[in-house]
Amino acid sequence: MFKKILSISLALLMVVGCLASFAACKNNGEKEVKFDAVPLAELKTALICLHGDNSTYDKNFIDAFKTACKNKGLTEAQYTIVTDIPEGEACYNKAAEFADDGYNLVFADSFGHEPYMLKAAKEFKNVRFCHATGTKAHTENVANYSNAFASIYEGRYLAGVAAGLKLVELYGDANGSVSDANAKIGYVGAWPYAEVISGYTSFYLGVKSVVANATMEVRYTNSWYDETAEKTTAQALIATGCKLISQHADSMGAPTACEEAGVPNVSYNGATNTTTFVIASKINWVPYFEYAIDCVVEGKKIDADYTGTIGTGSVEITAVGAAAAAGTQAKLDAKKAELANGLKVFDCSTFTVKNAKAYTGEFSKSACITMDAEGHLTAYTADVDDAGDYVPETNVIKTENGVTYFAESALRSAPYFDVIIDGITVVE
Amino acid sequence: MEPKIEQNNPKPKKRFELPFHIVKRSNLPLKQKILIYAAALVGGLLLSALICGEFAGKNPFSFFGLLFKGCFGTERKRWLLFTETALLLGTSMALIPSFKMRFWNLGGNGQILVGSLSAYSIAYFLGSKLPEGVLISLMFAAAVASGILWAIIPAIFKAFFGTNETLFTLMMNYIAAGLVLYCRASWIKSGSGQFPTLSAGILPKLYNDKLITILVFFLLAAVMFVYLKYSKHGYEISVVGESENTAKYIGINVKRVILRTMVLSGAIAGLVGFFLIAQTGQGLSPDITNNRGFTAIMTSWLAAFDLPVTVLTCLFIAFITKGMEQVRSGFGFTNDSISKIVIGLVYFCVISCAFFVNYKIVFRKKEGK
Repeated sequence: MFKKILSISLALLMVVGCLASFAACKNNGEKEVKFDAVPLAELKTALICLHGDNSTYDKNFIDAFKTACKNKGLTEAQYTIVTDIPEGEACYNKAAEFADDGYNLVFADSFGHEPYMLKAAKEFKNVRFCHATGTKAHTENVANYSNAFASIYEGRYLAGVAAGLKLVELYGDANGSVSDANAKIGYVGAWPYAEVISGYTSFYLGVKSVVANATMEVRYTNSWYDETAEKTTAQALIATGCKLISQHADSMGAPTACEEAGVPNVSYNGATNTTTFVIASKINWVPYFEYAIDCVVEGKKIDADYTGTIGTGSVEITAVGAAAAAGTQAKLDAKKAELANGLKVFDCSTFTVKNAKAYTGEFSKSACITMDAEGHLTAYTADVDDAGDYVPETNVIKTENGVTYFAESALRSAPYFDVIIDGITVVE
Repeated sequence: MEPKIEQNNPKPKKRFELPFHIVKRSNLPLKQKILIYAAALVGGLLLSALICGEFAGKNPFSFFGLLFKGCFGTERKRWLLFTETALLLGTSMALIPSFKMRFWNLGGNGQILVGSLSAYSIAYFLGSKLPEGVLISLMFAAAVASGILWAIIPAIFKAFFGTNETLFTLMMNYIAAGLVLYCRASWIKSGSGQFPTLSAGILPKLYNDKLITILVFFLLAAVMFVYLKYSKHGYEISVVGESENTAKYIGINVKRVILRTMVLSGAIAGLVGFFLIAQTGQGLSPDITNNRGFTAIMTSWLAAFDLPVTVLTCLFIAFITKGMEQVRSGFGFTNDSISKIVIGLVYFCVISCAFFVNYKIVFRKKEGK
């Protein structure tokens, strides 16, 4: 008798369960993901950094994280920073340890942390995991996992304008034009992939908007943080006749080389306190951290892809440095207003890609490029959905109000502009 | 011109004498030895606590709480502590046989790294094509074989040409790192410099993904203990270490012992490399070894190449490393310089106290008494 009752009640339970799950499916159709709201006083958040505050990149995150936590009124016991966590299983272990310790919101700051953060996110469904510079959130559909970046190309474009003005001040003739030899600039890049290429292209386009005949030589260090390599690379660029240096790498290597050689330097992630410092662009992560904290407090889903802009306060340029040309600030203010009014950095009419096909081998993009007779991009397929296959699948050229442009950071937050445009030479 | 000869007869000086002198002591009782080491350890930790507290502006005694919390605070932390101990123990076991025969093998990092590289590349290229069991066996074999290769090259040069093995093994580390960088540049087409994580070739879970690693290296330690202490091979290793000429005189083939022992060393290092990859399927990187090849030199030396003691030294270093991670974040340090200083300081105290184990200071009695 007892068994019968038990089996009937179990069967009933199953039917109810099935119905309930159908109902749940219906709800899921609306893709409304809800989390439990966490009162601000109980919230605990952590930041995982690849290096410590001796790296300009990580320092930028660390400072912003502290500021955001203080702005939100979190006590010191409510937020934690761990540094020097390599891009491997150690990152997962740290993230999982935070989840064990009752943290609600965990950030990681380096590209290579992504698979390990994602692994933790799949395991700890109630904890939100946010990863800066990553590419997988929009395809993985893990509700508690998010990517973030900023339209830093706008900041780099502005920094490029300041660099162009500096070249004109140093070498311009009466009409403000600069000879070809003096219009050559150098760029120290970390790795040959989209985040870096997008950065130096926007910087170059900024320079080009002031000095039309500017050319740029790019060299990679194949490391995000290698002070010696960054310094010697900058020195090599200066030796080949580059009149101004910028960099996308995290140490003080390039600024130091510029200071020693008396060559103007456009920096990244913050002012460098050198006499040759022109300006720097940086991502201000405070708005994103505050946004994420708000989402957790309100129980809302954090955007799978968050792209901060000049408008959100995420993209910043520093105050002009000692070496900046006179009148730079006024020009930058004007350009900033133009950007706010819809000026496109990657406006396809401002650059050509005729020589892009010259880059063969692994980085050949020829199959992805469609261009008109003058060499302006008309279509470009990029690897937006990063399935690990390196197969480009999405056309990212758009036309809006008569302007054809490369829609950077629109389809996912992390950059995907990876064309080497004319005027830029990459020296391997 | 004759040089002026100085006629300067100094007054006879009283010879300066240190108020103490140093005497070698032999056979310090074990109890006293342990006491000396414990005192050094506690002293080092106290000093570290004061330094950390000073720099962070926090109560130095919370240092100890954090140290223990970082190692034992949660179940995961305890597992991580013992995994790290096991990996360090594995690396130490790769070095101890060679150290015992005075073959200064500084190539632990490189041997582990080529092991990881081989295991990773097999899973990376054949992952979807082979059944999991075959794949893992292949990864295992390749890792061990490449570890052996990396160890046997300097051993051949040492045995047949008398080449300096210290420099040779050290340089092999750089070649291994360069090899990984080369593979990364040519395989990873996105240019991001990141090897992806593996989806195949991951060891099955036994309770969790850490227990197998821990069991394997602790069991291996037991086997190695017997091998080194009671087998003929182990005896030959120690004779070669004591004196090559004695070994030759009693009919030991020294070349063969060197080669055979380095094969063993390389195989165990390759095994460590295999577990670094296959345990969780993490992506390869040139610093995947986390410098264990050098850390293990210290764990082995501290233990005087005695395996049971090595287990303790490995546990101690894993404890300090894991614990300092917690101290770092708990004290709000946003880089690892202070924690590096502290770890160095603790090591220094423990290593330097070996002086007091081997020597004693005798103070001179005052004259006239």
